[in-house]
Formats: sequence, C-alpha cells, structure tokens
Amino acid sequence: MSFLSTHQSGPFTHQVSSVQKTMFTVLLALMPATAFNLYLFGWPAILLFTVTIGSCVAAEAVCLMLAGQPTKAALSDYSAALSGWLLAMSLPPWAPWWIGVLGAVFAIGLAKHTFGGIGQNMFNPAMVARVALLVSFPVVMTAWVMPHPLFSAGAPGLADAIAITFGGQVPDSVSAASALGYVKTELSRGIPVTQSIAHVPDLMDMALGTRAGSLGETSAVLILAGGLFLMAKRIISWHTPVAVMGSLFLMGTLFHAIDPARYTDGLFHLMSGATFLGAFFICTDYVTSPVSKKGQLIFGAGCGMLTWTIRTYAGYPEGMAFAVLLMNSLTPIIDQYTRPRAFGRTLKGEPLPLEGKL
Amino acid sequence: MKLFPIRGGIHPDYRKELASEKAIVALPLPATLYIPLQMHIGAPAEVLVNEGDLVKKGQMIARSGGAVSVPQHAPTSGRIQAITQIVAPHPSGLAQTTIVIEADGKDEWAELPEPIADPFAADTFAINERVAASGIVGMGGAAFPSAVKLSLGTLKKLDTLLLNGAECEPYLTCDDRVMREYADEIIDGARIMAHALGAPKVVIAIEQNKPQAIDIMTKAAAAFAEIAVVGVPVQYPMGSERHLVQAITGRETPARKLTADIGVVVHNVATARAVHHAVRFGRPLVSRVVTVSGGAVREPNNIEAPIGARVADLIAFCGGFEAEPASLVNGGPMMGQPLPSLDAPVVKGMSGILALTAAEINQQPASACIRCGSCVTICPCGLVPVEMAAFIRKDNFEVAARLGVMDCVSCGSCSWVCPSHIPLVQYFNYAKGMINIQERERRKNDQTRILAEAHTQRVEKAAAEKAAALAAKKAQAAAAAAAKQKDETPA
Repeated sequence: MSFLSTHQSGPFTHQVSSVQKTMFTVLLALMPATAFNLYLFGWPAILLFTVTIGSCVAAEAVCLMLAGQPTKAALSDYSAALSGWLLAMSLPPWAPWWIGVLGAVFAIGLAKHTFGGIGQNMFNPAMVARVALLVSFPVVMTAWVMPHPLFSAGAPGLADAIAITFGGQVPDSVSAASALGYVKTELSRGIPVTQSIAHVPDLMDMALGTRAGSLGETSAVLILAGGLFLMAKRIISWHTPVAVMGSLFLMGTLFHAIDPARYTDGLFHLMSGATFLGAFFICTDYVTSPVSKKGQLIFGAGCGMLTWTIRTYAGYPEGMAFAVLLMNSLTPIIDQYTRPRAFGRTLKGEPLPLEGKL
Repeated sequence: MKLFPIRGGIHPDYRKELASEKAIVALPLPATLYIPLQMHIGAPAEVLVNEGDLVKKGQMIARSGGAVSVPQHAPTSGRIQAITQIVAPHPSGLAQTTIVIEADGKDEWAELPEPIADPFAADTFAINERVAASGIVGMGGAAFPSAVKLSLGTLKKLDTLLLNGAECEPYLTCDDRVMREYADEIIDGARIMAHALGAPKVVIAIEQNKPQAIDIMTKAAAAFAEIAVVGVPVQYPMGSERHLVQAITGRETPARKLTADIGVVVHNVATARAVHHAVRFGRPLVSRVVTVSGGAVREPNNIEAPIGARVADLIAFCGGFEAEPASLVNGGPMMGQPLPSLDAPVVKGMSGILALTAAEINQQPASACIRCGSCVTICPCGLVPVEMAAFIRKDNFEVAARLGVMDCVSCGSCSWVCPSHIPLVQYFNYAKGMINIQERERRKNDQTRILAEAHTQRVEKAAAEKAAALAAKKAQAAAAAAAKQKDETPA
C-alpha cells in the first residue's frame, strides 16, 4: 500500500471550523434582535428585509458569474446574506423596495466584488451601501417611523405593507424623528440639550427598542445579547466592542460635564443610534478591521471617537457608518503598526539582547 | 514552582486515551531489519560492514560520518543481507543507503563497552564520548546528535538541564509510558547528563494531562534535591524547546540564539533513558518506544521496537487496519511528516506512527482568507501568519523574511485554527526552503565574486609588475646606452 498520494503536509488534524459556520453563527446572533424589530415595525419591515437580503444574494451570484467563479460554494458561505442582513438593519424599516435593491448593488457589486470578492474588500459592504444611499436619498433614508407592532391597532396589514414598500405610499402621519435627529434639530434651533432631551424616549425605552429608528438601531438589549453570544462562541473578542463603546461613552461624558447645554451625555450616546449594532456587529467585521487585538483596540476607539465627533459637529445626526468607513481606510496601516512582538525579538524586530543571562 | 505564561497556542483534540493505558510491549523480533545510514540531523554514517558479515546485537555497523553525526549499531544478531537502497521514512519517499540485516533469532549481544563505574566522578569528555559512540540522538523527534548538545556545557555556563516530558502532540503517549514505567532510568540518565553539562539543577516538565507520570516521576526524583518535577499547562506547543524554557524559567531565548545561551539545555525524557543505558550498561541505542495509534489502527499500542523494524511490522502487531487510513504519519499529527510507505523502517527519532481516518484529519479545500485574525492570536512565536502567507503567495520572500518567517517553528497551530482551511504552515515551510536556497545561491555568488576579484587583482598585479620590470629594463638599457654614448663621445 502506498501513501504517496498524500500531497498535503501537516497538521493532520484540524479544528472543526469553517467560514460558513462562522457566518452562520453571526446570523444566529442577529436573530433575536431582528425578530423583535420585525415584529415592532410590522409587515413593511419584513418585506424590505426580505427584498434586501434577496437582492444581496442575487447580486453576489451575478458578480460571481461575471467573474467566472464557482457560484454554489461561494453562495453557501452566507457572507452575502450577512451583508444584506446588516444593510437591512441599517435602513428605515418602511423604506421602499428599491432602496434595498440599490443597496445590494452598492454593497455587493461596488464595495465587495470590485475589490475581488470575499476577504478582499477594504470597506464594510453594508456601511458603504448605507452611506451611499444616505447621501443620494437623504429624505427617504431619514424617514423614520414609530413602532407599529404586528397585529396591533393601526399597524399596516400585508396589503397596506405592499402599498408602502412597493407603492411608496407611506402615510405622512406616521413619520417620527430618531432621538439623535431630534436633539440635533432642536440644537440647531437654539434649544439646548438640557431641554430637548426631555422629549426623547427615556433610556429604558431606548434600551428595549420601543422608539423610532432603523431595524438595528432599536433594542440595544437584544443586540447586546447577540454580541455576548458571539463572544461566548469566540467569534469576536471583547476588544472592539469595549473600545467602541468605551471611547464613545468617555467622549460623551467628558463633554457633557464641560457643557451640558451643548452636549448630550455618555449614556445617551451609548443607547441611541446604532451604537450597539456598530460595536458588536459592524466594527467587528473580520475583513475590514485589523487582525491583531492591539489593532482592534485602536480601530474600535477610532470608530467611537469619530462617531461622537460626527454626531456632535457634523451635518448628520448619526455617524457610525461614516466612522466605520473612515477607520476601514486606516486598517492596513493599523495592521502594519500593531504587529505583535515576535518571540525572542524586540518590538523593532532585532534579536533580544542576552541580558537575562546569569 | 512558579510558572510563566507562553503566548498563544491551541487546544487540539488530544485523543491520548487511545493508547495511554497500554503498557509498553516489545515487538516480536522481525526476520529482517533495515538500518538507514541517515536517521539523524548531520552527516550520514559510514558503513563498516560488508554483505555476508555476521554481526552481533549492539555491534557498530556504521561509524559516525563527521562532527555532527552518529554511528549505527546492529539492533539484533544476524547476517548482513545487503547494503542497498530502501525507501526512507521521509515525505519524499526517496530511497537511501540502508544496511539490511537478516536476524538469526538468537538476539545475541556483542561485547559491549565497559559500564562507566562512577559516572559522577567521570569527566564530561568520557560521558560525551560514550553517548556519541552509542549513537544516541534526540528522541523527541528532531534526532539531533545528543553528544553534540551535551558538550554545550564546556562552551556556555549552564544552570538548568530541562527534561522535556511535555509530549504536547496529540495521540502520542510513548514518553508518558516511558516515564510511568522507567522513571528511575530517566532520573539516573538525567543526573548523568546534568553532570556532563555542569548544570546544577534539573527540571522535568510534564504536561498536566499526564497526572500518573507526574506522580511517578515526582516519587522517583524525591531522593534528589537538585531535581524538580513540574506539571505544565496543557497548551500546544508547550513542548517546543524555546517555549518550554520560557514557561519554566521565564527567560526568552533571543532570536538566532540557543537556549544554552540563556543557561538552559533541553533534552527529551527518552533520550535520558538512552543515556542511562549507554553509561550504566554500555548498550547503544538499538530500540525505542513508538506509539502506534489513530482511528484506522485496530489496537493502538506503545511498542518497544528495534530500530529498523518496518512500519508494516508494527501495524501488523497492532492488528492491522480497522479502516482504510487517509494518512500515515511519522510523529504527531501537528508536526509529524507523511510516511511514504509501510515499508519504511522505524528510525531513532520516530515517536509515533499514526494511521488517521479522513474524519480525524478533517481536511477541507482551502477557501479565501476572511482576515479573522485567529492565526495572529494563537501564533506562539508572535508572528502574523495571514500577512506572511499573502506575500509568500506572490513569491515575495524578501518581505516574508522581514516579517519573520524564518522565526516560525512550524508548529502548525495557524493551519489548525484557520476557518478557511488555508495550509499556512505549508506556505511557511515552502518560503523557508526558498529563502535557504536563495541564501546559498547568494553565498555561492559572493564566493565566486570574491575569487573572481582576487583573480583579476592577481592578473593586474602581475601585469603591473611585468610592465614595471619592462620599464626598469628599458630605463636601464637607456641609461647604459646613454653612458656608452657618453663614453664614446670624445672628451
């Protein structure tokens, strides 16, 4: 018997893991928050969610075919579905269908496959799509609605939902501002934070998600549960989320202490917008964030601080997506400067001096 | 004893229970034994016998081939059947010169060298000479000539002999069994080695998944104050020489230095036992304990096999295959090498023979890297495998070298952990080979250039001398002519 057919060298054992399993675990972690939010925002949200993910998977298949790559194996890794899922969670739940389709073209076609497909993209596909949509269609992309839980009084039925999503007939009366947007608008009218903050949902509502916002912005608690699940499964580590939320909280608290009338406090920053979704699911994206733990701390802190800066000073009420894209562009250089110290060498790569010798 | 953390590492499925409770059994003497001339790092041994010669067990049949080399001995008594090319236990599957012995079944010992009566009164040189003459190599797998390592004490100041009983490779249980069954022999061998090295302290490190071995070794060492038996955390690759030294002493061996430079020499526990046999009884290394295991083996076992027994003999002794093995491995599953054939012989550095099923290997086609960073987190050498692999894929060895690929110990942790199943360690082994070739090429070119320059200089110098001589001659002639003219000119 000959074993010369063995052309692979060691190791002759492998951890039970695969890209597919990793992606699927992330989808699983998103499940509770998604289910709850789909319930909160009803049929229009469910339709948009389905259209967005379907378009992303279709876009992935088309791109793979154009590139002449095998489609079946690549589609089964769930990466396109995950991008679509995260994109859907960053959209206004009652946005029209073409927002989801266009988003898929931006996310999968432009952000992912022009760079070479999975593992090669510089920028987070879902965030590229969100930002492109937000800049191109600011009105549609900021048309928030208050929750209309499924089967509750006044919630749209399936037929109404089809009219909303595919007919673009959003009833005017339902629109509402997100907390971040409201505070920002009031501030621009000269009303200090100390007054406007009284009219936003209290922190408990924000944590549970019964407020206006995108699918993923609301319900911090369920997003947190998903994030902790990912940590327990060792898909992500604590470094990125802690750095993102820590820096955002610190900036908020610090400036709030300096001028409470101008700046909202740290806890408000943590609980509003896409902080939790960003910290646990967007900033932790493997492909577009640094590979070392030290790099992830820097990356996360950068995301947190930029988010605070954009929310506080820039034209847009929410800055997570912009912050992530800006930090994505720094990932290669962060990687270069945060390589671990090699065994037996100094940080500069020189052999250690023989000083420990007796 | 205070231990120190080591970076990274993994926790593979150990599967030691397959063989750990099987006491060591001797392999029934095979009819034919195959002794390759090279089963160690260094120069191959040189044949001392001819076809048809009768040899006794323990008789030297090939002498050491250089400063870094070891002799080979007959593992049993019999007749030299042939000196020929036989497939070697090397992934290439190439043949190498091998002495084939037809056993006579008597297993009769040759006249052995006298035991060293009091090794602790003997000098380093006498012990090293005996170890060298006994053909002992590192039995953990590297097969480096032990006498060379034992002479480090004369060059460096050492404080600790670290005996490696970590056995961090999955499946392997040979060191575990040797420690449990021959603890006194190991302790005695270790004391002799420490004496030869001039190291005042001996630490025996054993991973905590071998509690019986720790217990038995602790008891065996109780009588000697200079010996400490330490249980170390179960964390692959704890048994890597540099990492074990760090875990025990907290000292980090600088790159491109030896552990001896920071006062520690590491030897395997089975090597210590071989030294005990050589010094106390004059017996050379003619057999070793091999773990035969894996899901495809009917009855996994720990076998004391003569060097030169065929792998097939050991597999047959274990009841043959239960299932078609997907891979046959020489050593552990993490760092072992593929065995090209069942006809390859057992060699001195062979700690295990594994016949693994496809399910155990879990090999899948590689997919694209998703930059998850697991390889960076677990690399015990602090390297960035993802980045090195990207450059090596483009054959950019210069950058790969700058990123530290030559510091990689090929432990395989990155390949094991990669969710995309990218064979990272294969990339690194390839790069190391290529960089070594380029380095050799560069040295050769330098040498050629130096010789060529020297030649040019010589030629130029000779030409200059010739020209100078010619010029001097001319000048002389001119002077003479002038003088003559002067003479001839009437005053």
